[in-house]
Amino acid sequence: MQRIGVFVCWCGSNIAGTVDVHKVAEALKSEPGVVIATQYQYMCSEAGQTLIKDAIRDHKLTGIVVCSCSPRMHEATFRKTAAAAGLNPYMVEIANIREQCSWIHKDMEVGTEKAIILGRAAIAKVHLNAPLVAGESPVVKRALVIGGGIAGIQTALDIADAGFPVDIVETKPTIGGKMAQIDKTFPTLDCAACILTPKMVDAAQHDKINIYAYSEVAEVKGFVGNFSVKIKQKARMVDPVKCTGCGLCVEKCPMKKVPNEFNLGMDKRSAIYIPFAQAVPKVATIDPTACLKMKTGKCGLCATVCEAGAIDYTQQDSFIEEKYGAIVVATGYNPINLDQFDEFAYNQSPDVVTSLEFERLTNAAGPTAGTLLRPSDGKHPHTLVFVQCVGSRCDGAEKGKSYCSKICCMYTAKHAMLCREKYPDTEVYVFYIDVRTPGKNFDEFYRRAVEEYGVKYIKGMVGKVAPQADGSLLVQASDLIEGEQLKIKADMVVLAAAIEPDQSARPLATMLTASMDTNDFFTEAHPKLRPVESPTAGVFLSGCCQGPKDIPETVSQASGAAAKVIGLLVKDSLTCNPCVAHSDELMCNGCSACEKVCPYGAITYQDKEFRMPDRTTAIRRVASVNPAVCQGCGACTVACPSGAMDLNGFSNSQIMAEVDAICK
Amino acid sequence: MQVEKKEFKPTIVAFCCNWCSYAGADLSGTNRLNYPANVKIIRVPCSCRVNPMFVLRAFQRGADGVIICGCHPGDCHYTTGNYYARRRMTLLFSMLDFLGIERDRTRLEWVSAAEGAKFAKTMNEFVEAVTKLGENKRLEDLRCKKQ
Ligand SMILES: Cc1cc2nc3c(=O)[nH]c(=O)nc-3n(C[C@H](O)[C@H](O)[C@H](O)COP(=O)(O)OP(=O)(O)OC[C@H]3O[C@@H](n4cnc5c(N)ncnc54)[C@H](O)[C@@H]3O)c2cc1C
Ligand code: FES
Repeated sequence: MQRIGVFVCWCGSNIAGTVDVHKVAEALKSEPGVVIATQYQYMCSEAGQTLIKDAIRDHKLTGIVVCSCSPRMHEATFRKTAAAAGLNPYMVEIANIREQCSWIHKDMEVGTEKAIILGRAAIAKVHLNAPLVAGESPVVKRALVIGGGIAGIQTALDIADAGFPVDIVETKPTIGGKMAQIDKTFPTLDCAACILTPKMVDAAQHDKINIYAYSEVAEVKGFVGNFSVKIKQKARMVDPVKCTGCGLCVEKCPMKKVPNEFNLGMDKRSAIYIPFAQAVPKVATIDPTACLKMKTGKCGLCATVCEAGAIDYTQQDSFIEEKYGAIVVATGYNPINLDQFDEFAYNQSPDVVTSLEFERLTNAAGPTAGTLLRPSDGKHPHTLVFVQCVGSRCDGAEKGKSYCSKICCMYTAKHAMLCREKYPDTEVYVFYIDVRTPGKNFDEFYRRAVEEYGVKYIKGMVGKVAPQADGSLLVQASDLIEGEQLKIKADMVVLAAAIEPDQSARPLATMLTASMDTNDFFTEAHPKLRPVESPTAGVFLSGCCQGPKDIPETVSQASGAAAKVIGLLVKDSLTCNPCVAHSDELMCNGCSACEKVCPYGAITYQDKEFRMPDRTTAIRRVASVNPAVCQGCGACTVACPSGAMDLNGFSNSQIMAEVDAICK
Repeated sequence: MQVEKKEFKPTIVAFCCNWCSYAGADLSGTNRLNYPANVKIIRVPCSCRVNPMFVLRAFQRGADGVIICGCHPGDCHYTTGNYYARRRMTLLFSMLDFLGIERDRTRLEWVSAAEGAKFAKTMNEFVEAVTKLGENKRLEDLRCKKQ
């Protein structure tokens, strides 16, 4: 039997005004196990707390009930008080007789009666409380960033600058992401390479940053503070340590007909390649699907010209295992595939391009060396039509995405403006559903495109783009404001394709037990208050993997995620919330029901040996909860069909005791 | 034997999740919004912690109505808890209905931490609905009744 002390607070007149505190203390004194019940004006005051501490010592109390304000207010206070007097802080229960009693009711009798019942429920609960000890788990002071776009780079730099080692895993041969492909950036129109490449170099040269390019995450085990990750380094047939990036092999390679993915297939590269001049790491990679040596065994020219002796045709994928305290996901986005959008003739005419292709066509390092030329015949285009929301905001349609891709309005305004600025002889049309340009200096930017650069914005939808015999494109559209049908003979059509998360995001989320929304964007721990954390402790989100965003927003989120990671890594160990689930192995039948409802992946299964009544041993699969990962929601306790799962601090028996006390 | 008929005051158990609804209930107190004293709140970490067993237990012990409050869909502190609660309770309530426990004795409601007024309003409505139905006799276990 517990020895329980009950402390009724007056809270000045806040409680005592409508609750007869003397009567409450008197009534609760006769509850089973209660050895002392008293009242005081302000329990949370220094004197009140002393009163509680003295009572705990004098009466050898094993549990206390404080009838006072909401536990959201002072539960922590009274837990500390108890701990100071040598009582386990989890042996404290609060009966909320202010917010949920005295402030609600006006009648003294009614209030007093209710306060007594609430007190009884708390006493019933505390009888079943067990001392809980907050566990500790150590923190590995190293972070992993998955994805080396601007988001991943920024996060890594911030974490490394705070003094913690960071590894970046990037699936492509170079870091940089989409930003490396962009020409100029809104709203300031500074060149993307000029602001990105110094950051890439910073990352490469930082003594705390280690870049695993051309690598992927193969397996994730563990939990916050203590992840164990297997990284696959894909064979690039080139020793990255020996390779100096001189580019001689690229020059000499006879196989020069491979579509260049960096320029989105609009020109060709060689079988051994460096994606772009400022690639980091600047190391050549052999494309095994194109390399003659790899395919036919004949060639080997690159190996002969390489002075560093870096070429190794026998290289295999290799695996590294590393431990991390925190993981940041920064896997970015991709424009969607436009196969389903036949009406825009994307697959029929090379002069219909996506906006990202347009970026390459205007980039000095792109396939046309920065001069805007029609891909089909290399002629200067005079009439350009930009189509917004291609595949975005397609609600209800079986193709495209229901969400707004957010960045398209701004980059289309940018493209249209740059076009008019560089080639004043061009006529530029933009078809839009709405122009959405919130953001600092964004609307001004859009208005400049219209007012200063004379871009013709037309509210309406493009119904069809038809390639004509003379090489032009007939754009049929509706002007919703004028209420008329338009036919425009264009030289080029640029489609602002919707963006979607990288294909690899979903399998990655499964490995990390991080949740995703229906569009495969990673979800935040809280959409408003914890936007850079995933619901899985120790996993953080940075950049477009969480939702469409532009560079300023990506970088802010990246730094936000870094701050959260730093906050985690400075700790030597993590105090775990002891109010977590636990499973009774004798009752568990290993059905996996709990594992399925756990939002955190805290439950795993183990084969355990049990001694049976007949002295034989049996091996059974049973659930076990990782207390460092469990957040204590209790979903598993209800899902468990055998009643093996229970939650510390809110156990089945405790809640039922409260129910009983209330219903008496 | 007591002859005069006492006004019927139902016993109501309200399960409130710690993060939204319990805070909403606190807020209705802070704003001094009235609701009947028959409502007694039990704090649970999340609406998904409410085992159908608790609801049955309440009815068995003589509760006349049981209400479960959680965060709005999409706002659950644990992301998905209230979706589980919604499914479980929908099933339980229709089963109770089938057993003859009227629909109006059970309720699931989303109350955010800012909705003190909604909490009070919900409780007022719920108590009124349960009062109309009268005492819960069907599931109450008389052996548990205090003399
Ligand atoms: C046409 C166009 C024009 C734009 N113009 C502008 C502009 O002018 N101004 C502006 O502010 N924004 C602009 N943007 C938006 C900008 O591109 C993004 O905000 C920014 O690139 C997002 O960076 P990120 O790092 O989140 O994603 P990304 O740049 O996509 O980087 C993600 C990186 O992760 C890697 N990766 C993916 N999956 C994995 C995996 N499983 N394992 C390892 N690595 C992985 C990818 O290879 C990539 O390197 C434009 C976008 C488009 C499409
Ligand atoms: S925390 Fe409120 S419903 Fe889950």
